Formats: sequence, C-alpha cells, structure tokens
Amino acid sequence: MVKFSYQLVEDTAKELYIRALKILPPDVREALKKAYAKETNPTAKEIFKTILANVDVADREDMLICQDTGLPIYMVKIGSKFPVDGAQIAAALKEGAKRATQEYPFRGSSTHPVTRVNPQTSVGEGLPIIFWDFAANQDYLDILMVPKGSGSENMSAMKMFIPADGVGALKKFVIDTVLNSGANPCPPGVIGVGIGGTADLVTKLAKEAIVRPIGSHNHDPLFAKIEDELYEAINSLGFGPMGLGGSVSTLAVHVEWAHTHITLNPVAVNTQCWPARRARAKIYPDGRVEYGF
Amino acid sequence: MATYTLTTPLTEEAVRKLRVRDSVILEGTIFGIRDLTLIHIFDHENAPPVSLQGSALLHTAPSLKKVGNRWEKICIGTTTSGRMDRFTPGLMEWYGVRAIIGKGGQYEGSLEAMRKFGGCYLAIVGGAAAVETQQVVEVEKVYFEELHPEALYQLRVKNFGPLIVAMDSHGNDLYSEVKAQAEKKLPEIYRRLRIAT
Repeated sequence: MVKFSYQLVEDTAKELYIRALKILPPDVREALKKAYAKETNPTAKEIFKTILANVDVADREDMLICQDTGLPIYMVKIGSKFPVDGAQIAAALKEGAKRATQEYPFRGSSTHPVTRVNPQTSVGEGLPIIFWDFAANQDYLDILMVPKGSGSENMSAMKMFIPADGVGALKKFVIDTVLNSGANPCPPGVIGVGIGGTADLVTKLAKEAIVRPIGSHNHDPLFAKIEDELYEAINSLGFGPMGLGGSVSTLAVHVEWAHTHITLNPVAVNTQCWPARRARAKIYPDGRVEYGF
Repeated sequence: MATYTLTTPLTEEAVRKLRVRDSVILEGTIFGIRDLTLIHIFDHENAPPVSLQGSALLHTAPSLKKVGNRWEKICIGTTTSGRMDRFTPGLMEWYGVRAIIGKGGQYEGSLEAMRKFGGCYLAIVGGAAAVETQQVVEVEKVYFEELHPEALYQLRVKNFGPLIVAMDSHGNDLYSEVKAQAEKKLPEIYRRLRIAT
C-alpha cells in the first residue's frame, strides 16, 4: 500500500498542473455549450463553434487547451485530522510545478519583474502562489490548482471606496471594469468579485470567486442577488465572445465577501477567461489520490 | 459577411477587399512574433533576418521542443495584441506587413496604419490553442532563437482560421463599434440597479 509522503504531494502537484492545462472542468463545458445554443449573432456563433471544437481537440489529441500556461496557483486546504508539515508541502508544490514545466515540457510563463529573464520553470521568487486554508474534522489534503493566464489577469482591478459611496459604487466599478476590459480577457469567462476586507483580502476574495464552479451561488442571499444583478447587467452590454459582439459576454459572476472596517468599502475584480481552468486532488493519509475539479 | 481563403504573401488588393465581420482562412506561411521580438527589432534595432513583405504576423509565444535542429510544436496559441500596438505602424510602413493576427484588437495608430498602407487585423479565437496548433503544419524556422519563447517563428499553416476581420483598411474597427454600443446601454443599466452616476 502506498502511504502518504511529500514526494506524493510533489508528483500530484505536477500532475495537477498538466491536468488543469488539458482537461476543462465539466461545469465550464456545460456553460459553453449553453452559450453556443443561446447565441444568435452569427460571428459569435462561429466563435463558440471554434471554442467547443478546441475543447474536443484537446480531449481527443491530449493537447493543451491554451498556450498560456499561466502562473501556477495552488489553493491548499488541510484537514484537521491530517497532521502535515506546511513547509514541506510548500516545497513539494514548487518542485511539482517546475517538474511539470520541464518534463512535459511546456512554456514557462514566469519571469523576473525587472530583468524579464524567464527561468523556464513557471516558478521563482514568491511563486507558485499558495493559498492556505483549513477544513475542520476532515482527514484529507485538498489541493486546487489554477494556472492563471495573463490576458485575463492583466484586466484585474481593485478600488478602495468609502462608505458614503455605498454598494452602488461597487456594482458600477465591476460593470465599468468589465466594459473597459473588452476583448482582452478572452470573454465570456467568469467575473470574480471581492467585497469587503482590506486591500489585500478583497483581491484574494476576487481570486477565490473565479474558481468556484459555474452554477454555484454565494451562500448568502444578499450576495447571491448581487451576483445575479451583475450577471444580467454584463450580459446586456452585448460585447459577446472575444469582444466582437454577441449576447453572451460572461458565463458567470461570482462574489466572495468579508467584513470590513467601518471606514472602508473596498471592491476587487478578477477575471477568468473562457477556459476557466482548474484541477483538484484530494490526498488521503493512506496515499490515495482522488482527482477532480 | 464574406468568406475568403487567402494565400501568403498577401497583396494590397486582397487586403483592401476585406471588411469588418468578413471571415478569412489563411494558407501558406505566417510569422509568430511577440513583445520581446518586437522590442528587439524596433528598440534594439535588429532588422528581421527574413522578408516580412506581404506577411501575416501572429501574436504568439509558443511551447516548442527542439529535437536536433528541428523545432517540434507542442502548443501554439495567441496572446493579447494590445500590448504590441505601438509596433504595428512600423511593421506596416517599413517591413510591408499586411495582417496582424491576434486577440483583443489594437488602437487608433494601428487602425490609421492599416488605412494608409493597406493592412488589416484578423481576430482569432483566443484560448483555442489546440485547434490552432493543429492548423500549424510545421515550424519551418526560428529566427532570434535566443529570445525563445519570444523569438520570430516561421510557421507553415493549412486551413488557418476562421479569422474574423476586426479592423480593416477602410478605418472600420469592430471592437470600437461593439464598445460604443455597450456604452449606450450603460445609463439604462445604472438606472435599473439604482446606481448614482
């Protein structure tokens, strides 16, 4: 019987990166098919046809969906019944991401911010990005891998409003940000919105929002309503797939929130492209690895 | 909405016929190019080692594997064109480039260069790299190899597309049209959501 080891975490981190680049989650496929069926603009219809053909080709030929291999993000949830060493997990994730890049091999997209030298490893100083979270009473280690492409990431925005601006200012900011992003983030994708917290937390919440499965809603009806309002507003803009006109401009709007300071009113937008890529693995103490999304 | 199959090198006559929303399939050879390649050519003054007259340039940074002297394709897709906007007028005026293939579109200066020199912007479906990779038959040559994955790539293509004419040589820009229409809808959206403006 295989037992849990940090080598297993490393191998899983490698496998997750490659899986995320190749296998589109079922909820995203479903949303794209529905969008194709719903779309009436002939140019947009043609674009959805190519999108669906691309997903098929990637499956059939075992190919990458998109050439942007992104920056690797690992969202880790440690079960409280699974005593592990976080430092060793972090090291294993970094090595796994690097091995995926060099052994597959695919283009490393990470680069030095000043010299612009690309180490061709997908990792480096501060990379991969790792989010840590904990799950009470669970006996597994849950790892969600998200390769984040730059076309969409470049369209991210955050703003510190004041309480007097109200919630209307937040909604306006989201709609205006999406409109100004136009064709750049490969729409229609998922719009992630963070509300509340601090400057850093609100941005993180927006990132957590883009990885939620399409079709899910915020558990709080107040925020679920904001999701619906923004979804409808953005889809009535008519910029369509790839920003060339059409009725489907976004597949989903997800909001995540946190309490904030009495004088703060922050909002953040993180956009995800139509290949809203993600891959999940649950690792159990007996060494079992369950892959999913 | 006409459909054209064009073979490279592209003539001015062929490009002038294209109008926004037309659909184009390319045959022949195209060149892959990106941020660093263009900075290398224009800012560091390294002339392209191959003629780009009548060429179609693809905004890309591919995943390739070098086997001996040959480059094998792994994944060839398209990147956001807005970042490379400032190079398009020079490419068209000095090097005779006729088409930019990309996603997201470009801006005023590029549109003006397309009008003046007979160029166009062809939108590909971003993110659809599996399909795109299959339409590239062969990586024929890599120039400025030290810049890989941002070198200059000579790619032989077959049935490359469908590409949508998003900016034409008559001053039409589909991105601006779509954006202007969206902006017209904003007041009604704000009103519905009771957003003060």
